[in-house]
Amino acid sequence: MDLIRWIRRNLVILAGLATLAYLILPNVIVLVFSFNKPNGRFNYAWQRFSTDAWTDPCGVPDLCGSLSLSLQLAVWATLGATVLGTMIAFALARYRFRARPAVNSLIFLPMAMPEVVMAASLATLFLNMGVGFGFWTILIAHIMFCLSFVVTAVKARVMSMDPRLEQAAQDLYASPAQTFLRVTLPIAAPGIAAGALLSFALSFDDFIITNFNAGSTVTFPMFVWGSAQRGTPVQINVIGTAMFAVAVLCVLAGQLAGARRKRS
Amino acid sequence: MTQPTTTGGDVRLDGISKTYGSFTAVHPLDLHIPAGSFFALLGASGCGKTTTLRMIAGLEEPTTGTIRLAGDDVTALPPHRRPVNTVFQSYALFPHLDIYENVAFGLRRRGIKSVKRQVGEMLDLVQLGDFARRRPQQLSGGQQQRVALARALINHPRVLLLDEPLGALDLKLRRQMQLELKRIQTEVGITFVHVTHDQEEAMTMADTVAVMNGGRVEQLGAPAELYESPGTTFVANFLGTSNLIEAEITDKSGGELLLTAAGGRLTLPAGRCGAPARTGAAVLVGVRPEKISLTPAEDTGAVPAARNRMTGRIADSSFIGVSTQYVVATPDGAELAVYEQNIERDPRLVPGAEVVLHWSPAHTFGLDPAQDIDAGTDISTEGEAA
Repeated sequence: MDLIRWIRRNLVILAGLATLAYLILPNVIVLVFSFNKPNGRFNYAWQRFSTDAWTDPCGVPDLCGSLSLSLQLAVWATLGATVLGTMIAFALARYRFRARPAVNSLIFLPMAMPEVVMAASLATLFLNMGVGFGFWTILIAHIMFCLSFVVTAVKARVMSMDPRLEQAAQDLYASPAQTFLRVTLPIAAPGIAAGALLSFALSFDDFIITNFNAGSTVTFPMFVWGSAQRGTPVQINVIGTAMFAVAVLCVLAGQLAGARRKRS
Repeated sequence: MTQPTTTGGDVRLDGISKTYGSFTAVHPLDLHIPAGSFFALLGASGCGKTTTLRMIAGLEEPTTGTIRLAGDDVTALPPHRRPVNTVFQSYALFPHLDIYENVAFGLRRRGIKSVKRQVGEMLDLVQLGDFARRRPQQLSGGQQQRVALARALINHPRVLLLDEPLGALDLKLRRQMQLELKRIQTEVGITFVHVTHDQEEAMTMADTVAVMNGGRVEQLGAPAELYESPGTTFVANFLGTSNLIEAEITDKSGGELLLTAAGGRLTLPAGRCGAPARTGAAVLVGVRPEKISLTPAEDTGAVPAARNRMTGRIADSSFIGVSTQYVVATPDGAELAVYEQNIERDPRLVPGAEVVLHWSPAHTFGLDPAQDIDAGTDISTEGEAA
């Protein structure tokens, strides 16, 4: 009876812990196997503890090159998609123009369409235009599918903004440029930041569209997929764990900053 | 404020109008708001009062006409270059800035570097010195209202525009803030232009009230003048309550008009008649409920001869505390409202009693009968949504 009562009282916590375990377990496995020293080419069975991979993360040929390429692509794609997407979002939220309904629904297409269809269509387009596959084709593709996420995030924020805030700024001697920089942009910032973070993650992570439009260029996801055919170097686990740690640190920093702001 | 660098400026609107497509929000309007006055634009929602205010602020472009502030034509100036500041209806405080930075915003935009002393003084004026580092959303409605006021006043505008500034506050706080606003206005000497739909608020605070209806100013004057001598049925009904009775002019003698209404004979000073005073012409006779006295029918002889009188039967009475409000039905079916102070309550004044209603001719006013007799009755208590 006591046990049942205890379970009943702590059911929410138990469910929460189970969900957390479900989410975190794969990451824990990745972390653990980053310290493995496999016997063969495949890092699937635990042999013995070693820090070899951590001390030499670039020890596998082409790994760090593909990682650096993916990071560069993610940065540029984020920048391009965020700038363009923010402008589109403002245009859609603030102005009434002839093609507005069309743009409004077309902007969701990259989100709704199966990725593989979009990938194949893009590849066809580039081929027909005679554009050589490589860094630029990947970047164009990435900016395209990141756009819809930025537009969605920023538009929601801009739509919910009280137009009187900008009028109040103008009334308090702010020129149109100052109004935008001092009031509009800071208030829209959380939406823009959310869109940028999403873009970075999506771009860094993307495999299907990239694979169709990369030519002989190899990004990090393509490298991981390619090497999985022939064997999985421990270094992949190292990079994966490091990415996970960076993401967790970012979230923690955000939480701390938010908590401090609330307290002051 | 310790050192007013400027005093209030006057506002002059010449032929200002605003149309949206085929809808006319404000008909061509001439208005002069004297420097240093507390001016109220009063009207129901959609009467054009907020549009007029926004045109003075520069947030709406007038379709025709010119706006002068302290003699300078500002019609073509964008809002950030006009020496006016606005207190918005929803306050429009910047959510990403704390109270201190909200108040300092106007000073910083004009390139003033050392704002600390001025912001401190201004926050003290509105009694929010301890809240400088809070965010707007952490403050109550009344506190946010005071921040909005401080944020505008710190710039020493020539004219302060207030758009329903007390609309979101509860009744008690609103009464308190009305007195507070009036005190601050007297202290800083800035011209205040106040938009409101609350007639009591307008009368409490303003030196001059312009009653707006359908994009036009119906009447303009001091609160007491508007109340005692309304010029239109809208003003008579929108500002307080009026009894309006259809009557006919039967005779003129000296400065007085003799009327018949509902079988009774009434006297109206010719100077208080807003309709053409021809013998035989129709006129609407008005009298405020609190000006009327009730006397039981059996005491008719005690009513002084000079007073206007009508007979009726008490249909309803409700005790309010300071007064008792009666509804009296006249023989021809009209219902008149009567407010009696509870000084000496006559126990015979109960529903069903036959009474004489009587009032001084000086409290009677006459209106043009061509107007809608009910204009302004059903909207006087309506709140405004946005």
